[in-house]
Amino acid sequence: MKNEWPLWEIFIRGQHGMSHRHVGSLHAPDAEMAIKNARDVYTRRNEGVSIWVVEANNISASSPSDKGPLYEPSESKVYRHPTFFDIPEEVGAM
Amino acid sequence: MTRDEAFTQFLLRMGDNTLILGHRVSEWCGHAPVLEEDIALANTALDLIGQTQMWLGLAAELQGEGKSADDLAFLRDAWDFRNVLLVEVPNHDFGRTLMRQFLFDAWHLIQLGRLVKSSDPRVAAIAEKASKEAAYHLERSADTVVSLGDGTEESHRRMQEALDYLWPYAGEMFQSDEVDAEMVKAGIAPDPAALREEYDALVSRVLDEATLTIPESRFAHKGGRTGAMHTEHLGHLLTQMQWLQRAYPGAKW
Amino acid sequence: MYAQMIKSEATQDDPEKLAAFQARIDAGEKIEPKDWMPEGYRKTLIRQIGQHAHSEIVGQLPEGNWITRAPTLERKAILLAKVQDEAGHGLYLYCAAETLGVTRDELTEMLLDGRMKYSSIFNYPTLNWADMGAVGWLVDGAAIMNQVPLQRTSFGPYSRAMIRICKEESFHQRQGYDVIRKMAEGTPEQKKMAQDALNRLWYPSLMMFGPSDKDSVHSAQSMAWKIKMNTNDELRQKFVDQTVPQAEYLGLTVPDPDLKWNEERGHYDYTDPDWSEFFDVIQGNGPCNTDRLAARNKAWDDGKWVRDGMLAHARKKAARKHAAE
Repeated sequence: MKNEWPLWEIFIRGQHGMSHRHVGSLHAPDAEMAIKNARDVYTRRNEGVSIWVVEANNISASSPSDKGPLYEPSESKVYRHPTFFDIPEEVGAM
Repeated sequence: MTRDEAFTQFLLRMGDNTLILGHRVSEWCGHAPVLEEDIALANTALDLIGQTQMWLGLAAELQGEGKSADDLAFLRDAWDFRNVLLVEVPNHDFGRTLMRQFLFDAWHLIQLGRLVKSSDPRVAAIAEKASKEAAYHLERSADTVVSLGDGTEESHRRMQEALDYLWPYAGEMFQSDEVDAEMVKAGIAPDPAALREEYDALVSRVLDEATLTIPESRFAHKGGRTGAMHTEHLGHLLTQMQWLQRAYPGAKW
Repeated sequence: MYAQMIKSEATQDDPEKLAAFQARIDAGEKIEPKDWMPEGYRKTLIRQIGQHAHSEIVGQLPEGNWITRAPTLERKAILLAKVQDEAGHGLYLYCAAETLGVTRDELTEMLLDGRMKYSSIFNYPTLNWADMGAVGWLVDGAAIMNQVPLQRTSFGPYSRAMIRICKEESFHQRQGYDVIRKMAEGTPEQKKMAQDALNRLWYPSLMMFGPSDKDSVHSAQSMAWKIKMNTNDELRQKFVDQTVPQAEYLGLTVPDPDLKWNEERGHYDYTDPDWSEFFDVIQGNGPCNTDRLAARNKAWDDGKWVRDGMLAHARKKAARKHAAE
């Protein structure tokens, strides 16, 4: 039996109110140890307030050939971006 | 013994424990079984060295002889060290290292929990910071002891051997003497003996989960925290740790 | 450099695909693990990132050699934190290599049985405390020369690992210079240690960049793929130009009698290291090759029961949980 510890993907929320962000990976025998290892490996400089771990082989990823259909439709919806709208200066910050 | 003399002794006991254990744990750097453990052990050692700077810094201040934490760490001889014997025994294998860490962390966290309420605000402040670190150390060492105790046949055997070897060194952490009596009187620190019950409960719960058997004998080695008789290992540790300071007196590093 | 003499693999792929791949790289796009890539690109990267990772891990040893002898509590903490960072950097790099379809254990085994190399510099001993200064100042200084441009490398996971590494490493070189400066300004014995460290580590540091690569076809392919960003000679010259004034500031003498500023070139002229020594070290005959590999093998062999034990427990726990559901 192969005895390498599984690979885990690590997501850390650096500040309150922010999203978790992928910071890297590591090996651990199980999820609990993966969280502890993530604390030791990825928050050595106080980078995190919350840690998520996901076993790497449980992640489903889009394949690169899907890139067009998945992302291009949103590129045309420029109105989703705040800078699309001109707001008169007199109106103030918005 | 005056109150300040006792207080200094107490601070040396705290600081020498973290100094010597931090030194031992740092010996693993670059040699651990897996990268993640290498990094975790270094974090533990770093916390312990940081705590040493605070405890020995306060001890030096109290002595009032113009010494620094470094002077105390690097220029005292073995008989002036006040750490328990448990922390000076060699690392041996990863199992003994983690078992030693667990047996120490369990005491350390309980002790620091009491010191947070110390009548001396400086002690309380150090304990406040150190107890957060110790809580994580304990979580990690307890989990590892459980994993390895309840792992493979070999890991179980090695952890039981580690426990059998180290258990006689655990008792010293709970021996009280006149220094402790002074500290209790001044409300600075608890009576070590009073921590035993909570310790035993915690340690048996974890070791039980680890499927390990606590040796029946309550025999306890002693002599470290009083300085009366250290193990032979401490001298060797000091020859490394203190070498530069001893060989080049007065140099600034 | 931490990755030396990486031979890039020849690649035999569909020319059309290759051209499209090269166009993406030329346009500054990042290649991600699931993207199509030439087999040669993948294999070269595994070798390069793997060697880089191994260098970090073996690189823990020469500095780890002084952790228990650090002269003050603060120096001990700083050195330990730095060597710990190297373990972290090795870990990030192994993970980047793993996205290319190789496991960390496979890479580790190739290091341990000598199929893969690590940087020549870590086969030199650290003999006095000033070496902790010289390693940070010279060795990390040389490494940074290479790692900063590598943040822009074409392979996404490698680039991200380098960004994180560079961010963390910014203190390493400074702490090294700080250590050696204290020594250079200290007692006569300390000054002697500082000069001794520079004498021993100067040429091995220059060797880190690898032999002159102006005629190397491998180098050209790797540079086209943006997994090598500068030539060895460019970086070596930059390192010399940067380091000589720093040595002068310390009052230390670079052990090269022919070293002099060349007004016309705008660079220092310097003596090349003894390349036969370099090849000896690469072949396994450096002063510490045997000890370094033995130390890594011992850690791996002694650690087996721990890795197996913790995994066995995790499996038992999962099985118990499964049974209870």
